Amino acid sequence: MTMELILEDGTTYSGKHFGYEKSIAGEVVFNTGMVGYPETLTDPSYKGQILVFTYPLIGNYGVPDETREDNLLKFFESEKIHVKGIVITSLTKDYSHWNAIRSLEQWMIEHEIPGIEGVDTRALTRKLRSAGTQLGKMIVKDQDLSFYDPNNDNLVAQVSADQPEIYGDFNKRVVLIDTGCKKNIIRSFLNRGVSVLKVPWNYDFSGEKFDGLMLSNGPGDPTMVPETIENVRKQLAKDKPVFGICLGHQIISLAAGAHSYKLKFGHRSQNQPCVLVGTKRCFITSQNHGYAIDDQTLPDDWKPWFFNANDGSNEGIRHSTKPIRSVQFHPEAMPGPVDTSFLFDEFVNML
Amino acid sequence: MEHNIKSVIILGSAALKIGEAGEFDYSGSQAIKALKQEGIYTILVNPNIATIQTSDHLADKVYLLPVTSESIEGVIKKENPDGILLAFGGQTALNCGMELDRLGILEKYNVKVLGTPISVIQATEDRQTFIEKLDEIDVIVPKSKSASNVEDTLTIANEIGYPVMIRLAFALGGLGSGVCWNDDEVRDLATNAFSYTSQVLVEEYLKGWKEVEYEVVRDSYDNCITVCNMENFDPLGIHTGESIVIAPSQTLSNSEYHKLREIAIKTVRHLGIIGECNIQYALDPESEEYRVIEVNARLSRSSALASKATGYPLAFIAAKLGLGYSLSELKNSITLSTMACFEPALDYVVVKIPRWDLKKFSMVSTEIGSSMKSVGEVMAIGKTFQEALQKAIRMLDIGAWGIVTNPDDIGSKISRDEIIQELTTPTDERVFTIPFALKEGMSVEEIHQHTRIDLWFLHKIANIVRVESLIREYAGGSCPRHIVDEAKRTGFSDPQIAGLLGTTERIVRKMRMNYGIKPHVKQIDTLAGEYPAQTNYLYLTYNASEDDISFEWKVPSVIVLGSGTYRIGSSVEFDWCCVNAVKTVKQENYRSILINYNPETVSTDYDEVDRLYFDEIRLETVMDIYEKERPEGVIISMGGQVANNMALPLEEMGAKILGTSARQIDRAEDRHKFSSMLDSLGIDQPEWSELTSLDEAKEFAGKVHYPVLVRPSYVLSGAAMGVATSDEEIEIFLEKAAKLSVDHPVVISKFLSNAKEIELDAVANKGEIITFAISEHVENAGVHSGDATLVLPPQRTYLETTRRVKNIARQIARNLDITGPFNIQFLAKANSVKVIECNLRASRSFPFVSKVTRQNFIELATKAILEKDPPVSPRSFLELDYVGVKASHFSFTRLLGADPILGVEMASTGEVGCLGDDFHEALLKAMLSVGFKVPLKRILLSTGPLENKVNFVESAKLLQKMGSTLYATTGTHKFLVDNGIESNIAIWPDEEGSPNVLEILGDNQFDLVINIPKNFRKEELSFGYQIRRKAVDHAIPLITNIQLAKRFIEAVYLKPFDELKIKAWDEYR
Repeated sequence: MTMELILEDGTTYSGKHFGYEKSIAGEVVFNTGMVGYPETLTDPSYKGQILVFTYPLIGNYGVPDETREDNLLKFFESEKIHVKGIVITSLTKDYSHWNAIRSLEQWMIEHEIPGIEGVDTRALTRKLRSAGTQLGKMIVKDQDLSFYDPNNDNLVAQVSADQPEIYGDFNKRVVLIDTGCKKNIIRSFLNRGVSVLKVPWNYDFSGEKFDGLMLSNGPGDPTMVPETIENVRKQLAKDKPVFGICLGHQIISLAAGAHSYKLKFGHRSQNQPCVLVGTKRCFITSQNHGYAIDDQTLPDDWKPWFFNANDGSNEGIRHSTKPIRSVQFHPEAMPGPVDTSFLFDEFVNML
Repeated sequence: MEHNIKSVIILGSAALKIGEAGEFDYSGSQAIKALKQEGIYTILVNPNIATIQTSDHLADKVYLLPVTSESIEGVIKKENPDGILLAFGGQTALNCGMELDRLGILEKYNVKVLGTPISVIQATEDRQTFIEKLDEIDVIVPKSKSASNVEDTLTIANEIGYPVMIRLAFALGGLGSGVCWNDDEVRDLATNAFSYTSQVLVEEYLKGWKEVEYEVVRDSYDNCITVCNMENFDPLGIHTGESIVIAPSQTLSNSEYHKLREIAIKTVRHLGIIGECNIQYALDPESEEYRVIEVNARLSRSSALASKATGYPLAFIAAKLGLGYSLSELKNSITLSTMACFEPALDYVVVKIPRWDLKKFSMVSTEIGSSMKSVGEVMAIGKTFQEALQKAIRMLDIGAWGIVTNPDDIGSKISRDEIIQELTTPTDERVFTIPFALKEGMSVEEIHQHTRIDLWFLHKIANIVRVESLIREYAGGSCPRHIVDEAKRTGFSDPQIAGLLGTTERIVRKMRMNYGIKPHVKQIDTLAGEYPAQTNYLYLTYNASEDDISFEWKVPSVIVLGSGTYRIGSSVEFDWCCVNAVKTVKQENYRSILINYNPETVSTDYDEVDRLYFDEIRLETVMDIYEKERPEGVIISMGGQVANNMALPLEEMGAKILGTSARQIDRAEDRHKFSSMLDSLGIDQPEWSELTSLDEAKEFAGKVHYPVLVRPSYVLSGAAMGVATSDEEIEIFLEKAAKLSVDHPVVISKFLSNAKEIELDAVANKGEIITFAISEHVENAGVHSGDATLVLPPQRTYLETTRRVKNIARQIARNLDITGPFNIQFLAKANSVKVIECNLRASRSFPFVSKVTRQNFIELATKAILEKDPPVSPRSFLELDYVGVKASHFSFTRLLGADPILGVEMASTGEVGCLGDDFHEALLKAMLSVGFKVPLKRILLSTGPLENKVNFVESAKLLQKMGSTLYATTGTHKFLVDNGIESNIAIWPDEEGSPNVLEILGDNQFDLVINIPKNFRKEELSFGYQIRRKAVDHAIPLITNIQLAKRFIEAVYLKPFDELKIKAWDEYR
C-alpha cells in the first residue's frame, strides 16, 4: 500500500506504508542518530512530530519487552510512542536481538503509529535543512486531513504527569518537574541514591520537602508554559541547587530573564559537539530540540556554560554564585552517548 | 597552536604484504599532508617505491631505505629531526620504533615520539601489561595467560579449558595465531609460534560471539571520541582482516552500542593514547557480556576503512593531535564549517569484503580463520545492506555478478554435506554458499547454527534470494517495472538480471532506461545532511529519488578509472599512476573525476580529485556516471588490466576513450591479432598455438620441443599457468588442473630456457615514443615479471640488445598508433630478441622507472592522452650515475601450505625499490628491505641440478671467505666438498643419519636458505617443498632462484653493511 508524505510547501514524497493504517499530521523533523529507535520514539519531546530517520535501516534489532524496574519501563523512555508517524528508507521486519519480543512494525501497530518506507530521507532532510522545519501530513488511502502545527498547543500539558509520584526511598530527594520527562532522568537519580518526587508541569512544589529541583526535557515551545516558568522563577530566588535539561534548561533561562527563539531545523542527533566555555574540552552529546536560548539576553549574574561547536548556539548556562545550572543537551542519553552523565554526579554532590 | 617541532621523520611500512597493505600509504600520505600544512619539514623513510607517499610532491625528503633500526638511525643522524611518527606505517613502523627506543637511539639523538608515547604502545603490545592495565579500570578481557614455552602453553590451555585461542605478541595481522581444540594442536601451534616470538597468549575462545570494533581518537586535552564502529558479518574466530565487515554496526541496540563506546573511551583514556587507535570487542549474542580483545595504538587497516566509510580523515587528524592540537581546534575537512570534535552520522551503510587470491598458489589451504590470507579488500556504499553487499561482491572482480546468479555458480556445492562443511569450516567462498544453502531448503536458523552469522544478515541474504526468484519468473519475457525497481534497490546488477531473464546486459539496460530506473548520486558528508557540505565524495544508490549534486559544469571534465581491489599482480603501483594522472588532468584545467572502490588507496582520498565516485568500475556503473557527468572522455590506461579491459565495451556503449584507441588496444590484447601484426613487422616472438585437445597440445609441444608454457583459459584448481617439460607433465596439467574444450582452449608457447627477460616502459604520442626506460630482470625467464628483481639501467644486457629492443618498440608504437603509456616484455638470448607481450597501458613498473629516472612517465602520458603535446625527450637512461633495483616481497609465511617457489604465475604481494651508487648497493638495500638479513652466518644450501651446482661454486667460495657456516643437503654437500669448500651435511628427510635437514631448520639458527628446485614442475610434497615450507614457516629468508642467489651473495660480499650509504632520493642525480 502506498503512503504519501505531503509538506506544507506542497512537496510530496511517496513510499510504502507500514505500521498502523491511518493518516496523520504534524511537524516534520529529522534525526541523524544511528541507533536507539525504541528510546527515540518514546521520548515525549517528539510529541506532535513526524520523525524522519536519516539512518536508512530501521527496525534491525526489534523492540524489547515491557519489563519494569522501580515502576519504570526498563527499555523505554516513557509509557508510549510519542511521535505521530515515522519516515524511513528501509524497514527490517526480520529483526534479530536477544531481548526483542516483537518487530518495530508490530509495536507501531499496537501504538497506532503509521510509517512510510522507501522514501529518500536524505533528500527530505536536505529540504528541511534548507527550507527549515515544515508542517506535514502522512496520507494513506486518500484519507486526507488538514495540516496541524503542534507548537500552537501546550504540548507539555499533554505529556506531563497528572499526579505527583515518588520514586525511590533515599535520604536525599529532588523535585522533578515533569514537562515530558524521559525516564532515564529518574533512573539517573535512583542509581545515585536520590529519591525523585515527580510533579506535574504546573504543580506548586513550594510546600514540598526537597534538596534540589530538577527540570526535565519536554516538547515544543518553552513560552507555552508560563505557570512553570513562574514557579521556577520563585525557586531561583532561593539558594537550593537547580538543574535543568533541554526544555528544562529553556524554562530556567526564561525564568532568569533570557529569551528563547526557534531554530531553523533544530538539533536532533547523537553527535552534537558541545564545548565547555573557556576550555578546549568538548563533549559529544545527544540532542532533541527545536528552540534555543539566546545567551546574549542572559542577566549579568548568569554565564554561558556550554556552546555548540558547530553553530555556536547556547548549550548551557550557570548562575555566577548559586548552584543553579542547566544544559540544552541530554546528559541522561538514551539514546546516545553517555559522556556528560558526570553532570548528574555534580548535581547530586551539591544536594 | 604553539609547538616547537620543526622537522619530523615518518616511518613507512615498506613492501605491501598480507596484513600490511595500501592502507599505510594512505595514512602516511595524510600524515605528511597534515605536517606540511604546519610548515614542518617532513622526512619519510620507506623503500616502497610504488607508493604515493614516496612521490616528490609530498615529503620534503624521501629515503628509499629499509625500515630497520640501523637505517633509521643513519637517517636520524643525518637529518637531526625533532620528532618521529611511528603510528602511520603499520606494525612494521611500530616495531621499528620500539626497537629504536629500546636501543636508546631516540634518546641519544633527542627525537621526540609524537602522539601515543612508547610506554603506552608497549602496554598495548605486551599482553600481560595490557591485561593488567585494563583490570585496573574493571574492563573485562578474555580469560588468558601468557606463556614463554610449549610446556607452559599446554598447562595454561588445560587450566582455561578447550577450545583455546593462541595469540602471538608483536605480530601483524594475527600471524601464527589460531584456535586449538586439544593438546596436540596446542603443541603444533606453539612450537611454530616460538620460532617468531618469545611470548604467546593462551585465552578463552569465544566461539560465535559477535566481533565489533570502534575507532577512537583522543587528544592531549583528554577529549575523546569514537569516529566509527563496525560489526563483523563473520563472528569471532575469523580475523577481522578476513571478515566481511559492515559499518556502522547493524545488530547492536542503543544500550550495547553506547556501552561499548563508553568502555572504548574509558580504556583509551586510561591507557593514555594520543591520536588514533582501534579497539576490538567480542560481544555475546545472547546478553550484554563483552570482552575487549585488543587495542591497536596506531593507524590500522580498520582505521583506513573507517576513514573511507565515514569521510573522517583519521590519519590527518591523528598527525595534528600528535603535535599537540585539541580536537576542538581542528575543522571537519568535509563540511569545513563544523569541527573535528564530533562523531560522524552515516546515512548509508558500508560493506567491506576481503579479496583473496589463493588460486595463485599451489597447495595452499583455502580455509579462512584467525590469521590473514587476503591480499586486498573492497568497500561498497549503499543505502541497504543488500545493495552494498552485492556491489562489494562484484567489486572483488572474481567474475561474480552479485551474491546470486553467477557464471560458473561460484560457491555451489554438490551435496548438503559439502554445504554444511563450507558453512562450518569457511573458505573464501562461504558467503556465496549461503544462498545455495537456502535453495537447498536449509532454514535461516539452521544456517545460523552452522555459521553463527547473525540472523539479521542471513535474513537480508534470504531476501536477495527471494528477489532472485521473483525476477526468474519472467525468464524469457519482459520483467515488470516494480520488479526491476525492487531488484535494483536490492543491489542486483544488469548482468545479474540479464542472466535471470535469459537476455543480454544491453537489453536490460535499455529496459531499465525505458522504465526510468537510474541510480542517484549521493554525497558522503559525515553529518547525514544536517549541515551543508561542499563534499565531492560520492556514491550511487537506487534507494533514492534525487541527486545531491548538479552536473552543470563550466569546465570540461575527464574520468579516470581506478584499479579496484589490490590483488596479486595489481596493487599500489596503479594507484600511484591514477593519482598522478588525476594531478595532470587538473593541471591541464580539466575537472577530474575518479572512480575507484578500494579503501586502502590514496586515489580514494577525496582531496586528490574534483569528484570521487566511490563505486564499481564496471560497464554499467561507469556508463551511469558517464551519462550524468558527460565528460570529454575516459582514461582507461592507468588502472591496470581492470580498467584497460573496459576499452571496447565502453566505446561500444558510446563513451569516448581517451588516448590509444579501443581498436588498437584490442589489437594488442587479442593474441591472434597481435601475433599477425608482429609477423607483418618481422618481429620475432616465441612460437605459440591455441589448441583445444590434449593430442593437439602434445603434438605442438613435440614440434617446438619441450619445455613449453601452458596457459589454459579455464582453470579448475591451483595456478593458471605452468611450464611443462614432457608429455607426462602436459597431461597432468591439462587433465587435473584445467578444463579443455573448444570453448576453453589452451595456449601453448615455446618456453626459452636461460633467456634474459627485459622490460620496456614507455610513453608515446600519436605513435611516436616520447620517453622510455629499459630494465632487465636479475632472474632468467621463467620467473613472472611481477616477481622478478628489476634493474634499471640494465647491468648485464648487451648494448646491441637494448638497441634492438628500442627499435622494436618504436615499430610497435607506430603500428598501434599509441598515445599514452605502454609496456613491452622481451626475451633476449645472445642478442636475439623476441616479444612476449605488449600492454597499451601503464604497467606495474611505471612508478619504479619514473622515480629512478626522475621523469614522471604518467604525467607525460596523461598530457599526450589529453592532446597537450608533451615534450619529447627520448633520452636513454642507460647512462645514469646510479642504479635502481626493484625487489619483490613474498607473503608465503602467511599462506599456510603454499609452495614458496617462483614460477610463471605471480606470487609476490608487494615490492620495494632502492637506489645505490652501484648495482650491488642497490640490490643489497632492496633485499634488506624485503626482510633478508646480514651477516650471513649460517646458510642452508640445496642447489638443485648439476648445472646450478657448478654455477654456484664461485658464490659458495665468497660465502666461505665471509666466514659463513654452510650446511648443504647430501648432493650439494658432496659437490661443495669435492670443490674444496667446507660444508656440513644436512641429511635428506628420507635418508639415514643425522643431522636431518628438517630438524636443523627447526632449530632456527639460519640466516638464509637457498633451495633451487630441480625443474619448473611443482613438486607436490617433495623434500624440496618441505625445506622451502619449513624455512618460510620459521621466517627464515629463502631464495629459490640461482641468479638471484648469486647476485645477492656477491652484493653481501662486496658491500659491507656499514658501508651502505644513507642517501635521500634527491641526492641521486
